[in-house]
Amino acid sequence: MKTCLIVDDSRVVRKVARRIVEDLGLQCDEAEDGQKAYEACEKTMPDAVLLDWNMPVMSGIEFLEKLRQMPGGTAPKVVFCTTENDLAHITRAVQAGADEYIMKPFDSDIIRDKFSQVGII
Amino acid sequence: MHIRDFDFYKDFLYKKSGLSLTSDKSYLLDSRLTPIARQFGYASLDAMTTTLRAVPPQDLVKAVVEAMTTNETSFFRDSKPFDTFRDTVLPYLLKKRATTKRLRIWSAACSSGQEAYSLAMLLKEKANLTAGWTIEIMGTDISEDIVAQAQKAEYSQFEVQRGLPIMLLMKYFTQVGDRWQLRDDIKSMVKFKYFNLLDNMAALGTFDIIFCRNVLIYFDPPLKKQVFEGMARQLSDDGFLFLGGAETIMGFTETFKPLGQYRGLYGLTKTEYDQESLAQTGS
Repeated sequence: MKTCLIVDDSRVVRKVARRIVEDLGLQCDEAEDGQKAYEACEKTMPDAVLLDWNMPVMSGIEFLEKLRQMPGGTAPKVVFCTTENDLAHITRAVQAGADEYIMKPFDSDIIRDKFSQVGII
Repeated sequence: MHIRDFDFYKDFLYKKSGLSLTSDKSYLLDSRLTPIARQFGYASLDAMTTTLRAVPPQDLVKAVVEAMTTNETSFFRDSKPFDTFRDTVLPYLLKKRATTKRLRIWSAACSSGQEAYSLAMLLKEKANLTAGWTIEIMGTDISEDIVAQAQKAEYSQFEVQRGLPIMLLMKYFTQVGDRWQLRDDIKSMVKFKYFNLLDNMAALGTFDIIFCRNVLIYFDPPLKKQVFEGMARQLSDDGFLFLGGAETIMGFTETFKPLGQYRGLYGLTKTEYDQESLAQTGS
């Protein structure tokens, strides 16, 4: 079973996203900021990361830049999922190695479409 | 809604648009037509129905038909047909039309334009293969409102996230407030016009590829046959028809046949397609 790390500082968003991603057949783990996500990836590299941008301690973009430097860190498909919805943020995310980008608010159709486009499902 | 009114609308919609309204969809009449009655200044839906029965004004007829037709669509909807188009049908026709260098594509019942524009973006991505070619994409729909929307090519944040890869959003759209405007170089590749699939298709000219996905499911067998046969007449001899994944021609027409392993892809029964070439171009 493929795994997905859900990174968001809102417990509510994590819960909603987790239910959607689990329905797509992935096994989920959660992290509440970039630092915790980094530590989780050090233990086990997930197949996919659903990633918020603005979080305390370490932001999503900082995490992504660090992740891509880690051994095996280019493998996970990273899908941003954030309220940042302007072209500048999207461009920066893609340049940092994001595979897809979801602008909040999202629904299950959007997550399914994006996960399918990056080849996770 | 009264039963006799349901029967009236069923008959009315069938004659005007080909839509087969089944009784399980009767609730749609209330939910979709009540706003129309209000918009046209009728005291109630019943009052509007009375007028429609007696002397239906042209603009009201159009509004009712538009409200009852479904506009569900998204960019690269179902994704597979677009892979088949890009990897199989396009290379096949580029070979077959190498001397004329012309292709015409029809997105029938195009709704707000996502299918036609998805094709335009795919062609743009393959621009190296089509240099010097004249490729025309036409989108038609029975709703003038939706045709106007398609021409505008401006989409909500939700719409640009359904099926559209982020790279294509970055490449071909400009953000305007909270909306996304398709850039002119893609927009100008598609022409839209109002067209009722029950009308004579000859005026549209001949096409090499027709997309008519998830449209005829709303039509009854005799109308399905009529539309299939109309499309067969407008299709070039070695042209292609794309239907929705859950649709079939079986039992409705013998003018088309499914083409090999590609789900939803059909060709003319009278034509021998170069199977080897079709298989080869598939990647």
